[in-house]
Amino acid sequence: MTLEWIGDAVLLLVILPVVVYLLRGVLNAANSIVPSAQKIAMAATAGSKDLDATALLLTTQDQVKTTIEVAADYGGSLDVILDDA
Amino acid sequence: MPAAGVVMIIAVLLIVLAVVYYLVSTIVALQRITKNLDEAITGVVGIIEKSAPVDDVVTSINTNLDAGVSLLEGLLVKKAGMEDAVGLVEGLYPGASGDGFRDFPDSKETKAPRISEVYTKGTLTLARLGREAPIAAASPNGPALRNPTYGSLAARGLYPEVRQTRPEAMPRSPVIGTDSPVQYEPSESPGVRKRMPVAVGASSEPTVDPGSDEGGVVKSGLAFLRRLKNDKAPPSGAADQD
Repeated sequence: MTLEWIGDAVLLLVILPVVVYLLRGVLNAANSIVPSAQKIAMAATAGSKDLDATALLLTTQDQVKTTIEVAADYGGSLDVILDDA
Repeated sequence: MPAAGVVMIIAVLLIVLAVVYYLVSTIVALQRITKNLDEAITGVVGIIEKSAPVDDVVTSINTNLDAGVSLLEGLLVKKAGMEDAVGLVEGLYPGASGDGFRDFPDSKETKAPRISEVYTKGTLTLARLGREAPIAAASPNGPALRNPTYGSLAARGLYPEVRQTRPEAMPRSPVIGTDSPVQYEPSESPGVRKRMPVAVGASSEPTVDPGSDEGGVVKSGLAFLRRLKNDKAPPSGAADQD
């Protein structure tokens, strides 16, 4: 009978606090990850949205090509019109 | 049932309840983490997909721009010369001449001349445009180069110094009038001098044109030929030979 009471005391005073302490540590660690994961998700979403304008690079590419062609035409004409130094 | 058994059962139940509570809470937290990471992965995939063609496009743009820079630099150096080209760039973008032209490494060692000494008219034109002119880039916060009230005086400052304060150093203009060293007499026939000009103080007698009393264009032409012949002949006895 005495051993049973000793077992009960160990169970309540040692095992239960240790289990609670360990599980609470795991929960705190998991909860601390949540805000970081939320920030990462927001940053990735914002970065993806910022890159929506990359499609305009195709237009820029065409315009640069056209501009350089026009400049080359003008340069050819100037090369003919103006004397060399 | 003995009391010790009841207490043990209660203790085990408490332990199980604590384990369940904390494990469920941990599971919920991990699920939120998983959800956020899924959103992050979606965003990162979007970034990867959208940035995939950027390299090729930017490379193409840079290639075209490089060709344009080479074209313009080459044309500028070819037409203006290295020194004037560097001076023009320095005038438009102060301090840029230190970088030189990309396709002309020796341009870094070229000393940029003052833009006002190279392109005075162009500089004046740019200055007349006012504060927005590229020449004003050197002092964008200062007063406008063009003074609307004394515009001519302000523009004079753009010219080389010799044109402003030392006009006496410039060659004199030809002297005309009665005191001029070379005298001319009005001719009766246009285009034909009555006599050749003689410097002041010369001892030779002025040559009298023998055909001056003859009228008409033909006679004037004959007089001109005679005078030309006299000029080519030796001074002594020229009249006798004619």
